[in-house]
Amino acid sequence: MSLADWTTTPRVEKILSSYPDKRSAVMPLLYLAMSEHGYLTDEAIREVAGLVGLTSVQVSAAATFYTMYKRQAVGKYLVSVCSSISCGLLGAKRVLAAIEDEAGVPAGETDPEGQVSVEHVECIGACGGAPAVQVNYELIEGVNPDQARSLVQWLRDASPPVVNGDEMQALFGGRRSFDWGPADSTGSVGPLPALEGLGSTGEGS
Amino acid sequence: MKILTARMEAHPSDSHTLERYLATDGYQAARKAITQMTAEKCHEEVKASNLRGRGGAGFPCGVKWGFLPAETRPRYLVVNGDESEPGTFKDRQLLERDPHQLIEGIIIAAYAIDCHEAFVYIRGEYPKPARRVERALAEAYEAGYLGEDIFGSGFDLNVTLHLGAGAYICGEETALLNSLEGKRGEPRIKPPFPAVEGLYGKPTIVNNVETLSNLPWIIANGGAAYAAIGPEGSSGTRLFSLSGHVRKPGNYEIVMGMTFGEFIEEYGGGVREDRAVKCLIPGGASAPWFTGDQLDVPITIDDVGSAGSMLGSGAIVVMDETTNVVEAAHSIVSFFAHESCGQCTPCREGTSWLEMVLARILRGEGRPIDLDLLLDVSDNIAPGLGWPPKMTTICPLGPSAVSPVTSILSNFRDEIEAMIPAGVASV
Repeated sequence: MSLADWTTTPRVEKILSSYPDKRSAVMPLLYLAMSEHGYLTDEAIREVAGLVGLTSVQVSAAATFYTMYKRQAVGKYLVSVCSSISCGLLGAKRVLAAIEDEAGVPAGETDPEGQVSVEHVECIGACGGAPAVQVNYELIEGVNPDQARSLVQWLRDASPPVVNGDEMQALFGGRRSFDWGPADSTGSVGPLPALEGLGSTGEGS
Repeated sequence: MKILTARMEAHPSDSHTLERYLATDGYQAARKAITQMTAEKCHEEVKASNLRGRGGAGFPCGVKWGFLPAETRPRYLVVNGDESEPGTFKDRQLLERDPHQLIEGIIIAAYAIDCHEAFVYIRGEYPKPARRVERALAEAYEAGYLGEDIFGSGFDLNVTLHLGAGAYICGEETALLNSLEGKRGEPRIKPPFPAVEGLYGKPTIVNNVETLSNLPWIIANGGAAYAAIGPEGSSGTRLFSLSGHVRKPGNYEIVMGMTFGEFIEEYGGGVREDRAVKCLIPGGASAPWFTGDQLDVPITIDDVGSAGSMLGSGAIVVMDETTNVVEAAHSIVSFFAHESCGQCTPCREGTSWLEMVLARILRGEGRPIDLDLLLDVSDNIAPGLGWPPKMTTICPLGPSAVSPVTSILSNFRDEIEAMIPAGVASV
């Protein structure tokens, strides 16, 4: 589906009609645009601008403010390692080093196969389960360097079409910030947050 | 005494579902508010509860609502679920494990302030909590608790979920409003405060997730009953995020008033390997640190304030005696340098300078003059280096970066000096 077709989709209509001012639809529409290529192309920015009645520059100004809108291609799996204080106190640097080593690329880069991107991020709200890692924003808590390596190997070998936090937590995680309760089978289908309204969710793996 | 986490503790397998929520008195408080109480009476109960905001500033919720100009409509309610302060992960639990409790709080607040359009802003890195809220909202619409003519009362309320995209600063309420308007998340100059001129320039109340999650209990049991819990000025229970070098990190809902030492022992299981507490952050990364000899400070908003820090977002980060405090301070300063929105020069430039100088000391390349340089840069961001900080910036992010710097310089100066190699020229 090309972006131009979006104007007629129920999802776009629903997003645009959710707000008193359609400018507010910029952020969800940018996420929709990302689901197309995994990152924001110039064309996507122009089309989002067209949908909300802004200029490309206005949309671009917003898009570049937020770290989760990627302006360059990222891998199928975006591995984000928290480096903030609570994770840092419990060995986040070693976790990041293990992931960089296993992925073969430093933070901020993507492997040549386009499979795994590594980034270091600031606090992701998992301080009680430090050190924490996300894959396509699905959370894994209490990760040690060995588990971190296994995670990267698994992403490459199993190449799951959907990544799910509960599944990865069971495979590669440790201490959690709190009892997560029952496992949830919904996960992410790409390097953007998985939400029904954004059409970015998948079931199982 | 549990208010916020009672349901998830008693029913860990399904506390997030509508079925469980209804089976545990769910939506009865909203029904009572809308069908038996006037909006003014609801507001009175919240005022009487002395509930103070749980996002960081600790402003009394009922007083905030009272700032809405009487005549102007529409009014908006915005739920701040942009929890991003390092050390804080409590709202994540409330969103994920009891989303209907929040939605019921939203209904009560909206009714009390005569608002028909609410937005729940959840940080982009919280997709699972957001999915739980998304489903809970759909369930609430389906059951008639949201939408038109709620409880047959004629009261209408629409709630829209909005996902952030990676920016700590959007937790600042005016930055959040800009973000919700599709703009860069840059804080606005206050006044005007959002209650007067907020979303789309209309009167807007911004309340934190935990704050609103208290409202069903307050309406069900009365404001006076809530005010009677805990010490004066810190009414009710509060969900604290405990992390760092403790045996059992986690979120713990407590009645305020116990000391930090008691909290760390009783709930955190003490410090790992029975080490001593070197220092702790009492209220999120923005807060000045306490040292190990301040463990007897009671956990109340006012006691922590008079001891020179703040309870902030309710995040307690414990560092044991093995901690390299320069590394810890560098981590926090790097956070703020990364998250500075760039509008104000003292913050944009100052946070990066602080980060650079601390990094230099960590590399073993520090110069004796660097300690004064750190203080000088800090003084440009928060003149006088007092607490609460004086500001040269639109929002408190810049001064927040000063907190760890002044904390280590005033408490661990010898340690920092020992990291500066001998014989290095000062210029």
